[in-house]
Amino acid sequence: MLHISKWKTIGVLALCLLGVLLALPNVLPSHVRDQYPSWFPARTIVLGLDLQGGVQLLLEGDADKFREDRRKQLLEDVRRVLVRDGRIGTTGIAQNGDTVRATLRNATDMQSALEKLRTLAVPATQSMFSGPGPVDVDVAQDGPNVVTAKLNDQGLAARVRAAVGQSLEVVRKRVDILGTTEPSIQQQGADRILVQVPGYNDPTRLKEILGTTAKMEFRLVDQSVPVEQALAGRPPEGSEILQEDVGGGQTRPILVEKRVMVSGADLTGATPGFDQRSREPIVQFQFNNQGARAFGQVTTANVGKPFAIILDGKVISAPRINEPITGGQGQISGNFSVESANNLSVQLRSGALPIEFKIAEERTVGPGLGQDSIDAGTKATIYAAIFVVLFMFATYGVFGFIANLALIIHVVFIFALMSLLGATLTLPGIAGIVLTIGTAVDSNVLIYERIREEFRSGRSMISSIEGGFNHAFAVIIDSNSTMAIAAIILFLLGSGPVKGFAVVFILGILTTVITAVTMTRMMIALWYRSTRPQTLPF
Amino acid sequence: MKLLRLFPDDSKFRFVRWRVVTFPFSAAVAVLTLVIFMTVGLNFGIDFTGGTLIEMQAKSGHADLAKVRETAHAFNAGEVEVQEFGTGGQVSLRFRSQPGGQEAQNKLVADVRKTFETEYDIRRDETVGPRVSGELVQAGTLGVVLSIMAVLGYLWFRFEMNLAIGAVIGTLHDIVLTVGFFLITREEFNMTSIAAILTIVGYSLNETVVVFDRTRELLRKYKNIPTEELLDLSINHTMSRTVMTATTTALSLLALVLFGGQAIQGFANVMLFGVIICTYSAIFVSTPMLIYLGVKTSARAAAEDKADKAMREAAQRRPAAPTAG
Repeated sequence: MLHISKWKTIGVLALCLLGVLLALPNVLPSHVRDQYPSWFPARTIVLGLDLQGGVQLLLEGDADKFREDRRKQLLEDVRRVLVRDGRIGTTGIAQNGDTVRATLRNATDMQSALEKLRTLAVPATQSMFSGPGPVDVDVAQDGPNVVTAKLNDQGLAARVRAAVGQSLEVVRKRVDILGTTEPSIQQQGADRILVQVPGYNDPTRLKEILGTTAKMEFRLVDQSVPVEQALAGRPPEGSEILQEDVGGGQTRPILVEKRVMVSGADLTGATPGFDQRSREPIVQFQFNNQGARAFGQVTTANVGKPFAIILDGKVISAPRINEPITGGQGQISGNFSVESANNLSVQLRSGALPIEFKIAEERTVGPGLGQDSIDAGTKATIYAAIFVVLFMFATYGVFGFIANLALIIHVVFIFALMSLLGATLTLPGIAGIVLTIGTAVDSNVLIYERIREEFRSGRSMISSIEGGFNHAFAVIIDSNSTMAIAAIILFLLGSGPVKGFAVVFILGILTTVITAVTMTRMMIALWYRSTRPQTLPF
Repeated sequence: MKLLRLFPDDSKFRFVRWRVVTFPFSAAVAVLTLVIFMTVGLNFGIDFTGGTLIEMQAKSGHADLAKVRETAHAFNAGEVEVQEFGTGGQVSLRFRSQPGGQEAQNKLVADVRKTFETEYDIRRDETVGPRVSGELVQAGTLGVVLSIMAVLGYLWFRFEMNLAIGAVIGTLHDIVLTVGFFLITREEFNMTSIAAILTIVGYSLNETVVVFDRTRELLRKYKNIPTEELLDLSINHTMSRTVMTATTTALSLLALVLFGGQAIQGFANVMLFGVIICTYSAIFVSTPMLIYLGVKTSARAAAEDKADKAMREAAQRRPAAPTAG
């Protein structure tokens, strides 16, 4: 007769109990869930954004812009090390794409020029574990009196990767200001950050907050020549023309020095407020010691002169310094609305992003749609279960009942495993659960049909049942393996909701093999031992 | 109790003979699909084309489609598709990727939201940039190709090359016809559709593998049986299981179609079609195909029989099979 060892029975029952306990937190109210002992992983399934509602942004580091900035920087650097610091005579320094070429006046300066330029060739990144990263500037000699410095792609890519990594914390700080619960910020690949804000419904504001680098600089306005003259000819060495915001979407050119007197990195705080006299929205800021000292020195030495406050290359305002500001506090009045003052202070507080980001993908799901999807998904799951359970019972009688028990355990196991793994349930995931309800009974059907065949060929009940299980085993493994292969590939390549479907499907295949092969066998053995039937009930 | 029986016992249907009808039929449908695919093309969603999708619901419960369309065109954002779906005034707007890049895209979403907010609830909005959509196309294609290769490898390892080829031809057939379903119904083709296709790949192979497993077994039992008879026997033996599984799967998919809500209905429709096609192709395409591909000789089968027996015994030892007693 079908014999199942006592230990195995206990093991299977314990497994079922564990499954129920793991799945249970999902349906319990939270105050009951809190009473689980602390060592027990009383986790619930995480709902995907498509079910919870919320905003998801995929930010992509703007590598082109980054390269552009690095090129400008390289030209500046070459000028600095050769001409300004190195005192090496050149007849021209020209830039062509990634390469800067400097022609030396005297070929005898070649060795020292190369030496100076090599100081620029530092590793793009530095890691405690992997040591220095690739160098992003290649220095070379090109002819008797020409030296070149060229950006290389490897180093640039390393820098972009590093900048994106450093941005994670800044992005997190900015998103935290929205005050939503459990936003998720993850790096994806080399140059992307995935931001998910569940329960939030204003993608426009989120994009405003994350869309600018918020690099703040305080520089002096160059008043040595009128701006018109600089526009017509060339701006004086060490100065450049920027656009100043004058309100109403209008700008005007303004000549500012390139030297940064104080930078936003020294800010310790920024809050939105209102100007006491004009009642206009302003941003109040606070410097750390270093910033306060620098700010105090500049404002003391330049009383009466305009001081430009520059954000991301645009002059927000250029107020006149009325008196030295030594307390390390000040305010920016630009043409702010309440909201833009708010956004700016958020950005200043979180620091500048080391790289500009583009939005590669945006998905927003309203809370109503999420709830509707959950309701519809639940309803479909229940009806699918009812359909299949009734059909199995109508076809296989007692055996159908056993298959249905296995089916219920299978669904419980899916929930248990998903809770344990902290997997995310998405709308396609729900579809996956419903679909596995249909396919899960396949293993049972394979076994039952085989038992039936064996019995009809004249074998005894007991040997038919054994033969059914043994013969069906290989085909159950084969057919589920092919399913699993497709599902695993989907998991590897899919993203977001589709990945959620793949997870459910893989877990479903796993649990169905376990429930059909082990539990069904046990239940049928129990049934056989208690009733000793002479003929198959179907 | 009188129990349900969908398929008669001891059936002796000559399924394989039908190949004179089903092969030309399947080939014709496949060719037709390819022609429509080349000429008309799929209705790609923004996952693959890039662009912006906005779904909203009229607060009044009734959407004035003409007015929405007129307003949408006024954004000057190029071609825009306006569709009503479901009940209760749900409308979807689909814009192409904006030439002005990200700023134009952001502005568009903000504008649309602002314009319709008073009369509509914005239920969902999605924007996919060109680089991401390119990658999704790549991932989708790669997924389908990889899964076929992987399964071919697995079947080769577990069965033999000819059976593996037969199974893969059946699967390709199912993929092509599923694409045909997308072409005819104009159902949107997006990342979820790729998930549906890969699931159909899995299901199709599942169906075929069950029949082939029986073919392999019968081949050992009857060493000198004509191939056509062998294949008919395999199908007839597994037919009641095939019908059962197709029915339970179709029943659960039916629940999805009826109650799963608009967002999942597309997926469920495709899958339901897929289950029918997979069942058909396992019986009428991949199995009869073995007549031309050939099945392995009985000598080899006998040799492998030993190996298989050893494996089965090993498999039995592991999950501690019940012992007779």
